[in-house]
Amino acid sequence: MLDAHDLRKTYQTGDGSLTVLDGVSLSVARGESVALTGESGSGKSTLLHLLGCLDTPDGGRLSLDGSRIDDLDDAGRARLRRDRIGVVFQSLNLIPSLTVAQNLAFQARLAGRHDPDWQERLTRRLGLDGLGQRFPEQLSGGQQQRVAIGRAIANRPDLVLADEPTGNLDETTAARVRDLLLELVDETGAAFLMVTHSDVLAARLSRRLHLSGGRLA
Amino acid sequence: MTRTALMALLSHWRRHKLQLATLLTGLALATALWSGVQAINAEARRSYDRAAATLGQDVLDRLTAPEGVTLDQFVALRRAGWQVSPVIEGRIRAGGTPLRILGIDPLTAPPQAGLTALAGDNDIIGDFLSTPGLLLVAPETAAQIGDADLPPTRIAPDVAPGTAVTDLATARRLLERQRLSYLLVASEQPLGLPPLSDIAELDRRTPDESTDLSELTDSFHLNLTAFGLLSFAVGLFIVQSAIGLAFEQRRQSFRTLRALGLSLRRLMVLLTAELAVFALLAGIAGLALGYGIAAALLPGVAGTLRGLYGASVAGTLAFDPAWAAAGLGITLAGTALAGAQALWRVARMPLLAPAQPRAWAMASARTLTAQAGGAVALLLTSAVLVWVGEGLIAAFACLGALLLGAALALPPLLIGALRIARPLARGPVGEWLLADGRQQVPALSLALMALLLALSANVGVGTMVGSFRTTFTAWLDQRLAAELYVTAPDEAAAARVRAAGDELADAVVPIWSVDVDLRGRPGSVYGIADDPLYRDNWPILEALPEVWDRVAAGTGAIVNEQLFRGTDMTLGAPLRMAEGWEVPVVGVYSDYGNPAPQAMIGSDALSRRYPDVPRLRFAVRTDPDQAAEVAAQLRERARLPDQGVVNQSEVKALSLRVFEQTFLVTGALNVLTLGVAGIAVLTSLLTLSGLRLPQLAPLWALGMRPRTLAALEVARTCLLALLTWALSLPVGLALAWVLLAKVNVEAFGWRLPMHLFPAQWIGLAGAALLAAGLACLWPAIRLTRLPPSRLLRVFAHDR
Repeated sequence: MLDAHDLRKTYQTGDGSLTVLDGVSLSVARGESVALTGESGSGKSTLLHLLGCLDTPDGGRLSLDGSRIDDLDDAGRARLRRDRIGVVFQSLNLIPSLTVAQNLAFQARLAGRHDPDWQERLTRRLGLDGLGQRFPEQLSGGQQQRVAIGRAIANRPDLVLADEPTGNLDETTAARVRDLLLELVDETGAAFLMVTHSDVLAARLSRRLHLSGGRLA
Repeated sequence: MTRTALMALLSHWRRHKLQLATLLTGLALATALWSGVQAINAEARRSYDRAAATLGQDVLDRLTAPEGVTLDQFVALRRAGWQVSPVIEGRIRAGGTPLRILGIDPLTAPPQAGLTALAGDNDIIGDFLSTPGLLLVAPETAAQIGDADLPPTRIAPDVAPGTAVTDLATARRLLERQRLSYLLVASEQPLGLPPLSDIAELDRRTPDESTDLSELTDSFHLNLTAFGLLSFAVGLFIVQSAIGLAFEQRRQSFRTLRALGLSLRRLMVLLTAELAVFALLAGIAGLALGYGIAAALLPGVAGTLRGLYGASVAGTLAFDPAWAAAGLGITLAGTALAGAQALWRVARMPLLAPAQPRAWAMASARTLTAQAGGAVALLLTSAVLVWVGEGLIAAFACLGALLLGAALALPPLLIGALRIARPLARGPVGEWLLADGRQQVPALSLALMALLLALSANVGVGTMVGSFRTTFTAWLDQRLAAELYVTAPDEAAAARVRAAGDELADAVVPIWSVDVDLRGRPGSVYGIADDPLYRDNWPILEALPEVWDRVAAGTGAIVNEQLFRGTDMTLGAPLRMAEGWEVPVVGVYSDYGNPAPQAMIGSDALSRRYPDVPRLRFAVRTDPDQAAEVAAQLRERARLPDQGVVNQSEVKALSLRVFEQTFLVTGALNVLTLGVAGIAVLTSLLTLSGLRLPQLAPLWALGMRPRTLAALEVARTCLLALLTWALSLPVGLALAWVLLAKVNVEAFGWRLPMHLFPAQWIGLAGAALLAAGLACLWPAIRLTRLPPSRLLRVFAHDR
């Protein structure tokens, strides 16, 4: 479903240019879950951003269901993020001025695919019953990440991307959030790619890719 | 250690140059408007002092009589040994401006009269006493009167602006008057003098009893000071916002410096010193700007003071070091006030406080409740002051409480309005816009409060000036009902006017007047004919029955509003117009723009009391279409100079020009205050734009384009500005009511009806939207140009 071929990304720094991705190629099929590991600075987040249409590659090709997406303009990339991709970041995922219920439904409503029954089920599954009218600042870190997961899934996206979604949580909470994420992605049948430092977690996914020095090992 | 710590603290400003510019701009603007107004006030007061000191008016007693002092009375007093000196005072127009003529006798003038220009110079005294005479004037007066048809002038820097001191004989010639205005009494008199009352029936007045020009104009300067204070407060909103943000962003630096061994005390000293240096730098720039503003506004202020009070003020500005020192002082005080909260927070910050900037501007519900409580208390205070307060200070305290209360009420009201509008939102973006707007209100509240104050002041002052203009125009139509106004140079010409007028016009109505003291203030009594000109047109405000019959019969007088309200008169109360001449007050008429008290009575009654009253002025009724022709005929047949016959329309045009000039300064200060409020909104948005990214980045990640987000940012700011404008309308109208019903009555002695000007409000809504739109344009454009990497950095921030 998702195909990347020879992706390259270079940043300009004060000392010259820094190549972060140097010819990365990969494919993720629908229903498949992939762990992306690597040392800090190896380019994991950059690759995730390119795959999620959050940034554009300097070279290479990227396609979704056979259609090229690397040459889309800003409006096209925004549409794709809204309609077909769900992203969970490590932190600062939620819109502080909206309630939990509004945050959960936000992306689905933007895409015009809001399904109240599905949202209700999601709310129950995520253990957010009774918290719908609270604001993000009134939730714990684990609760906030569960809202972020719910929002990413509420849209029934084709592709779910997660960038160390449990990196800020304690181990017990992290395990609970991780389990929920994997279960819900599995239910939607979306392609799933997650950046993680955890070998344990990586082992639970169907495939593992290791990035080193901007290349896949 | 100190130097290293200071460098670390200052490094923040190197990386946040815009924030530094915001801080310095706010301080400079606040200082500029405040010190500009102070410079204007100081210059005006200097002029008043010079006017008060002319001829020792501030120290010497005077002898006066309602109908003036005769030369015989003066001679009798001198022969009896009294050291008195005669003075004739009056006004003429020269070079298009009014000129106060003071005729004196240099040979008998006491030393306290301060005639230094004449001291020890026999040539000047010779010119002064001989024909055509000599006028001693201030340099600016000499420039104003130019080459008017007057005796030669000599510069005398001690003489007040707008005044010419000359010999008694020259003054009599220029003013066409025989009687003396008053006699100056030397402070040291010989022993054993006979009592004054045995020699002449004259009133003796000490300087304290006489009307002081600076007292009369105090209300105007209080007005200007209030405007200056308002602008200063608006500027300080910018400063407080900038200081608050800078301190929050440096929390991490403060924590690190303290962890590395810098004591809290030294940190506080460094931060205070840093603010003091900024205040001094911005204060110097503000003083330069304030001097420029004052120089630009001073001619307008001089026009206003001339128009409202007949006070002459120099149109040029002198630099005063005391003014500069006071300006810097107020800048330092303002900075201390604006920075106090931020410094207090640092002083109370625990060593291990969170490093991340907290939501510094997000007020808690408790803060909002407290704010709303304070607002209600202030608004109630304002309402109580309206009903029970008396005097100008109470009126301004009422205005202050009203404005401050409204400003404090603004954030809770805006949040409430956005909450009420929630059901109107369509779709997730609309919901987010309103919810985000609610959350942004506390962060923008200082800037929005500044905008509210500026808009309210504009609505209030605009309504007052507009009401005044409407009333004044209608009043001019009533007051200048005759088509022509004629002034004859002498009795022979006046007789020719009457003869020609009887033939050419529908009616020739005499207008005679004498200068007398009315309730202790110099004023005039007019003798008027029993004519439909008055019965049908005169702007009577309130009157007893058969008012015109009683005025015509001389059994009652009508007085102007200033005299009526200023001395707490009632209808039917007696009015003393001369020794032994008292009549009841039977009516009140409006007399805008006249600073002096005035009364009117039938012309027969006046001429019985003052047989020598000059009968030189007339109102001429004719067909308006024939007015120009009749004027030309009158000039020709009565052999009058061109300016001897004035057309009603010319007088109206001149009056309206004077009116517009009068409110020029108010208009300029209004625009400046609105400009500063616009800058306050801009600086708040710029400083907040960095904090906005974490709130906007998730929306972008969810598929909203930066361009859409920028458009929504503009829409949100404009929505808040529009809501602020809506609240400014009731506040501004309340302000206008207090100005019209309280301040004007106290300050000028007249009360005006309030008119509403919805077109003006719509214009202000446009100005508010424009100010807010322009202010958020730059941050919005910056948002559209942000690279994805910058937005993505938000999500990596905590790693």
